[in-house]
Amino acid sequence: MKLYLPLDSAAVALGADEIAQAIHLHAKSKGIELELVRNGSRGMVFLEPMAEVETPAGRMAFGPLTLADVPALFGDLAAHPKALGLTDDLPWMRAQTRLTFARVGVIDPLSMADYRAQGGLTGLTRALAMAKAEIVAEVTNSGLRGRGGAGFPTGIKWKTVSDAQADRKYIVCNADEGDSATFADRMLMEGDPLTLIEGMIIAGLATGATKGFVYIRSEYPIAIDVMQKAVVLAQAEGVLGASVMGSGHAFDIEIRVGAGAYVCGEETSLLNSLEGKRGVVRAKPPLPALEGFMGKPTVVNNVISLASVPVIFEKGAEHYKNFGLGRSRGTIPLQIAGNVKFGGLYEIAFGLSLGEIVDTIAGGTASGRPVKAVQVGGPLGAYFPRALFDTPFGYEEFAGKEGLIGHAGLTVFDDTADMLSQARFAMEFCAIESCGKCTPCRIGAVRGTETIDRIAKGDAAAIPLLTDLCNTMKSGSLCALGGFTPYPVLSALTHFPDDFNAMKEAAE
Amino acid sequence: MLDSATLSARLEEILYAHKDMEGSLLPILHAVQADFGYVPPEALPIIAKDLNITRAEAHGVMSFYHDFREKPAGRHVLKLCRAEACQAMGGDRVAAHAQKALGLDWHETSADGAVTLDPIFCLGLCACGPAAMLDGKLIGRLDEARIDAIIGDIK
Repeated sequence: MKLYLPLDSAAVALGADEIAQAIHLHAKSKGIELELVRNGSRGMVFLEPMAEVETPAGRMAFGPLTLADVPALFGDLAAHPKALGLTDDLPWMRAQTRLTFARVGVIDPLSMADYRAQGGLTGLTRALAMAKAEIVAEVTNSGLRGRGGAGFPTGIKWKTVSDAQADRKYIVCNADEGDSATFADRMLMEGDPLTLIEGMIIAGLATGATKGFVYIRSEYPIAIDVMQKAVVLAQAEGVLGASVMGSGHAFDIEIRVGAGAYVCGEETSLLNSLEGKRGVVRAKPPLPALEGFMGKPTVVNNVISLASVPVIFEKGAEHYKNFGLGRSRGTIPLQIAGNVKFGGLYEIAFGLSLGEIVDTIAGGTASGRPVKAVQVGGPLGAYFPRALFDTPFGYEEFAGKEGLIGHAGLTVFDDTADMLSQARFAMEFCAIESCGKCTPCRIGAVRGTETIDRIAKGDAAAIPLLTDLCNTMKSGSLCALGGFTPYPVLSALTHFPDDFNAMKEAAE
Repeated sequence: MLDSATLSARLEEILYAHKDMEGSLLPILHAVQADFGYVPPEALPIIAKDLNITRAEAHGVMSFYHDFREKPAGRHVLKLCRAEACQAMGGDRVAAHAQKALGLDWHETSADGAVTLDPIFCLGLCACGPAAMLDGKLIGRLDEARIDAIIGDIK
């Protein structure tokens, strides 16, 4: 009997390890021959821990499981109280376009045979037969933009590094996924780490870099463990090393662990951290593409950007580019989080409206109360009210509404949320996490918290002061931490003015 | 108190294991903390000398990152997520309950050395919040009853 149960952090946090243990014990006591694969999550966090049983008709899903549901997995499956039907037929799965996440939850993350059987290494094999410039052109033609949040065209970044002359070049994968509501990087690394490795090798071929680093935040112990094992596996299989798949091209990867600094998700701060320094932001120019890690030309890309590269080479740039809208091409893994009925990861072409995502896919709030606000793009993203739910999900579309899609995380809040508190938290968080290098961020965040406290006490004169401060932070900060903290603050103030007036009315 | 011979012997092993690594300071500090539970202040000058950086630089790096401790933590470390997705599911309420039940503020350790309470900003469990980490183990859908059960177990 073959069973799948995720090793994904969310599944584990909801009891998957205990369920796995119970499955083993039960099989042993009944003398049943069992193969239990710990896979990635299919992304339906609301159904975790979710087990799948392989049947002649396909994989059948069961969840959310408790220990009491384990024995019935070995009985009449159709009669199981948590039976959900075939995984591929679940509405959540059927409506998605899974390109980057095609193998996540499907394969054993640490099986090269599974990986190859599901199209793995096809993209790399194709890239190995191409010239450097052709590889860069393929990425440029796919329309892929940085999935970390900045949305910079990946092909252009690669070209800059490719054209630079240097004795050494590096590929750095930014896996410092610190934004609340985002977990796509984590799920990808836990569920299909070889895809990330394959994408990094292709980046190496395109630019002439022979060494890669994956900088993973320390808050992700399972992702660190899976990635370390995947690197060892890829080295043993000759995919990484002195001659990638026997091609004569060298490429190797080292896993590095962060140390709890949010700002290290910013690329120049990450590079300093990787060099063993304080995670202080660097002024640009010089661009990391020209002077990055140890002063050498460096590609710094987000996990999802790099992990989307293999499928672009497997299916062709045209195939990828045909999904999406406007200048947002391809697919985006939406991460639906916070107070939602159906939370999890949902990969789909750009272009869905915010309302469709929140009301239909997420099914509204878990509390059953009305949705008040959705923060899109993490702690530095704007709060959207229902009035803006017609905004299509795309880089320019969100920028046009004074927001950002960031790393595509969405946090839903019900009507009990107090937007003044949320604005205050944004400033407080910026003050805690500021690297301290530039004044608008270091001092501005502290003054911002104090100014919001004045507003809370009924001092309406502090409102223009807050707006003014936000403008200073926006245009005067060195990086996105200070520069984007005004997004949640000003959006809360603009769209939910009542929450900033309540105390004043009480005072009068 | 840490015996200085043990410290320098173990430090030497750690430094040797990292000698060919580019930008090795963070991996070294992680290894030291994994061994000793914190980064002993006596270790910094030795690390600095080995890497040919100043003691001030070594101290600056260590104190910049939230993960590195100057003092040992309690026997158990409870980290509660304070970020937005967990807030949307009542994380602040649950955190206040934990602080009250333990009688601790953030970053404090109980007098009997049983538990340290730390804030954490995101464990990537944003679709099953409020989230926590207890001694490295992940916990989702936390509520007051679960906090009481955890405290009962570790106290």
